Amino acid sequence: MSTDVMVAPTTLDIEKIRKDFPILERKVYGKPLVYFDNGATAQKPWAVIRAIEDYYTQLNSNVHRGVHHLSQQATDAYEASRRKVQAFLHARHEHEVIFTKGTTDAINLVAYSYGKQFIKEGDEVIISAMEHHSNIVPWQIMCEDRKATLKVIPINEKGELKMDAFKALLNDKVKLISVAYVSNTLGTINPVKDIIALAHQHTIPVLLDAAQAVQHIPVDVQELDVDFLVFSGHKIYGPTGIGILYGKEEWLNQMPPYQGGGSMIKQVTFEKTTYHDLPFRFEAGTPNIEACICLGNAIDYVTALGLPAIQQYEHELLEYATTKLTAIDKLKVIGTAEQKSGVLSFIVEGVHPYDVGVLLDKLGIAVRTGHHCTQPLMEIFGIPGTVRVSFAFYNTKEEVDQLAAGVARAVAMLT
Amino acid sequence: MTINDIQDELIDEFSMFGDWMEKYEYIIQLGKELPLIKDEYKVDENLIRGCQAKVWLHADFQDGLIHFTADSDAIITKGLVSMVVRVLSGHTPDEIVHAELYFVDKVGLREHLSVTRSNGLLSMIKQMKVYALALKTKAS
Repeated sequence: MSTDVMVAPTTLDIEKIRKDFPILERKVYGKPLVYFDNGATAQKPWAVIRAIEDYYTQLNSNVHRGVHHLSQQATDAYEASRRKVQAFLHARHEHEVIFTKGTTDAINLVAYSYGKQFIKEGDEVIISAMEHHSNIVPWQIMCEDRKATLKVIPINEKGELKMDAFKALLNDKVKLISVAYVSNTLGTINPVKDIIALAHQHTIPVLLDAAQAVQHIPVDVQELDVDFLVFSGHKIYGPTGIGILYGKEEWLNQMPPYQGGGSMIKQVTFEKTTYHDLPFRFEAGTPNIEACICLGNAIDYVTALGLPAIQQYEHELLEYATTKLTAIDKLKVIGTAEQKSGVLSFIVEGVHPYDVGVLLDKLGIAVRTGHHCTQPLMEIFGIPGTVRVSFAFYNTKEEVDQLAAGVARAVAMLT
Repeated sequence: MTINDIQDELIDEFSMFGDWMEKYEYIIQLGKELPLIKDEYKVDENLIRGCQAKVWLHADFQDGLIHFTADSDAIITKGLVSMVVRVLSGHTPDEIVHAELYFVDKVGLREHLSVTRSNGLLSMIKQMKVYALALKTKAS
């Protein structure tokens, strides 16, 4: 574990941090990797990689089952990780933290389970126009099933939610609001505190999709007073296949199980099964134990660097990249909200984003191109997709310079 | 020229390029030169949806030979499309159905046929073979 990854109080030692991420030493097409696809998945520090190895060499056994020593140790590590997530989100109780497969899985859990309990015919669920498909489709499935209606908060040309339109959507038929904390395509930071306060005036609970937030912004679920919050481990430098559903106890306790199986029961007979208490009621079957535990190591790593310092540095990167890229002729930034984090999306007039992505790739620069699983949003902007640059604290201004030079070169070739 | 003759010709052309830059400049050039598909054929029925780039494909059957025209909204895809059209167009359904497109690999563009690229190229090749198979079945 690299607990030696400490930083000066105000600035991060980026060169030192980069040494914690072995993949950053890789070359692609003979060029040093410049990784700007952190919004899709973040790279892993040694602290996480070694923890995975430690798990399989020292700890591997099933949790919550065995009387034997290894199982006890694995269970302890598993539950310790849950407490790390609790502290990280500042949740009131550790049983409000549910391990899931990821953000998508967590949203599906709430859509199914909350929907079954609380959504009736004629009810409404609100999402926003900038949602990822995984915060659209589960609600569509649920609304179709419950004969409910999905409403959408519109956005302005900068990619900000129209709050007046949101207020107009609030009424007593609305049973849930599910919005992104940070947009994966535009980088917009939504005014989630206002959204939650307004929703609560109508006693409507709010789910925040924080998949693009928790790695960039300090999050405090009690301060936000949010009802549900979900995120993915792999985007916060942890393993894939692990995610978190935070839910307020009073909601989770009223929700029926999502999946049945081992671990989630109190007693099973063929006539009637009684379910376990939180959080186990929502963790059927053998979990992804290694990932659950090592997510804790990722959170330790991020916490040691400090989210305020991360936020400040990544903001500098975003500003610098925006200045550098907008200097390129015919380049237009998509998503110009006042409050942004982590993501810079752009198009170049007369050039398909895919072509830019292919040429950047040949320069060793990894970006994402396409609709970013936000097709309705692309339709609003009337574009086939964007080139998306997404940042992590291990990125440097020199890399941004390489990116800007690469984009300029690609555009020159393509036009 | 047979399908394989054309493939070998393409491989020959690409062997002249020193690096990826020159290669891509050539592909982009091919994309710009690809004769435009007639507007009447650039319709949704002829659209092959890749996740990222769109490809339109039209097939004409005359005197036992299939003639393809195509277009794409992405220029690199368009260049790749033009190469596949050059290789397969003007041949019999039977020849197209049995064609093995080895040139893509040989000129170092195999990555463009991977599913993650989602550029419509792979779907386009499949669609060309489907046309050929349909025409072949009809003829026999």
